[in-house]
Amino acid sequence: MNPDDDAGHSGSGVSRRGFLGGGVVAAAAAAPLVVTAADATPAAAAEADELVTVRVAVNGDPVTMRVDPRATLLDTLRDKLELTGTKKGCDRGQCGACTVHVDGRRVLSCLTLAATTDDRAVTTIEGLADGDRLHPMQEAFIEHDGFQCGFCTPGQIMSAVAMVDEGHAGSDDEIREGMSGNICRCSAYPSIVSAIKDAREAMR
Amino acid sequence: MRPYTFARARSVRQALANAGEGTAFLAGGTTLVDLMKLEVMSPEHVVDINRLPLGGIRHDRDGLHIGALERMSDVAADDTVRRHYPVIAQALELSASGQLRNMASIGGNLLQRTRCGYFRDVSTPCNKREPGSGCSALTGFNRMHAILGTSDACVATHASDLAVALVALGAEVRLTSGRGDRAVPLETFYTLPGGTPEVENVLRPGELVTGVTVPRSAWAAHSTYLKIRDRQSYEFALSSAAVALETRGRTIKQARIAVGGMGTRPWRLTSVERALAGKPATADTYESAVRRAADGASTLEHNEFKPALLRRTLVRALTALQEQA
Repeated sequence: MNPDDDAGHSGSGVSRRGFLGGGVVAAAAAAPLVVTAADATPAAAAEADELVTVRVAVNGDPVTMRVDPRATLLDTLRDKLELTGTKKGCDRGQCGACTVHVDGRRVLSCLTLAATTDDRAVTTIEGLADGDRLHPMQEAFIEHDGFQCGFCTPGQIMSAVAMVDEGHAGSDDEIREGMSGNICRCSAYPSIVSAIKDAREAMR
Repeated sequence: MRPYTFARARSVRQALANAGEGTAFLAGGTTLVDLMKLEVMSPEHVVDINRLPLGGIRHDRDGLHIGALERMSDVAADDTVRRHYPVIAQALELSASGQLRNMASIGGNLLQRTRCGYFRDVSTPCNKREPGSGCSALTGFNRMHAILGTSDACVATHASDLAVALVALGAEVRLTSGRGDRAVPLETFYTLPGGTPEVENVLRPGELVTGVTVPRSAWAAHSTYLKIRDRQSYEFALSSAAVALETRGRTIKQARIAVGGMGTRPWRLTSVERALAGKPATADTYESAVRRAADGASTLEHNEFKPALLRRTLVRALTALQEQA
């Protein structure tokens, strides 16, 4: 929650935004963004030692990539894999906007290093629908107006789906407690609770 | 974030090899990744230990054994923990959020750093982050800060709820390093800030937490955790109490008590334990036993309410536990 964040990182001579941008460009110059292990072209020799190979299933698709060990799963999903449905809110593990599923469990992608997701299965909001058929939780959020601006919504929905699967959506109080890690600045909370109660029945 | 080398350890032995000063073991990452982004922590080497065989929750004649890589949510959901050690399950469920509990490991929870805002803000002096730079909290906004175990160098609270429950139950933390294995009582695992607040525990460079053992006892099954905070959920403790009682009829045989949000480490209150032993479990007993609970406390400008809050938290926790019985 520090607006001077990027400025803070410029102490090393490279801002984080600039660094990440450069990383993607470098990878693009050397190889396609998403490559398989067999045809992976190593990045420039000076960088090769620093990058980490990650083989991960993202929304069911196997992906092999070389990532900076500092890159979060959130930045990797958004900037490298162009899955921008996952939102960057606080980037400090405090707001829940970046919630995704790793091996079926809800986690914060902003505090997950991409390098630790080797051999894991990641599901983002883009992977929740079954083709053109929305997930019952997505339908319920639309039906109940579970949002205003919509920025926190992907995180709310990913968190809600996992919470129902955990069996922690029994009562309104339990839903509020289980969803307390997802902040909604528009305060759509009553509609979010209604949506989850509806979806809970549809998910049985 | 500062650059670091990254390695995935496939075995404990591999994790310990070359681990030392400048090495950070990465489990859930909920503290480490956060603090590396803020550049409060800048390790040279990060070793991913998530694949190590350090899971498992086992209950035997010695007590409860929890592997360091068990996640908070899994331990909180465990039937044995819920039935025989309710204070542990409750402390975990009242911590953080569903997402964070899925990520954070038990070992990492015990090693989490303070939430003192000055520690987390690299633009301000902080003796814990930068020894000798001064303590901004002493004269700053210190409503959340500690009143027990403080020093002129540091008044930061320890943030873990789990640690408070484990200290009350007399748990030991198991450690390993190239020099061998050892077990340390959690209460003495944590050190007081004194003049060296950058040292928070007796963990040696390159040493790894492998698990926690909670001894079998006559009081663990009759225990509870009460947490008082500024909002109902997803917030750190302003005050908390872990209370475990062994009773016979209406008489308290033995009590085990620790509090959070008050001390620079999880704070055991043996004076209150002694004052409860052998007494009837009544409101009068509780009121009288907690009268001196905050003896030795030093309050700051914004947390003068804490001694009274500590006493009330204890009475409420004891009353709630008695009502459950």
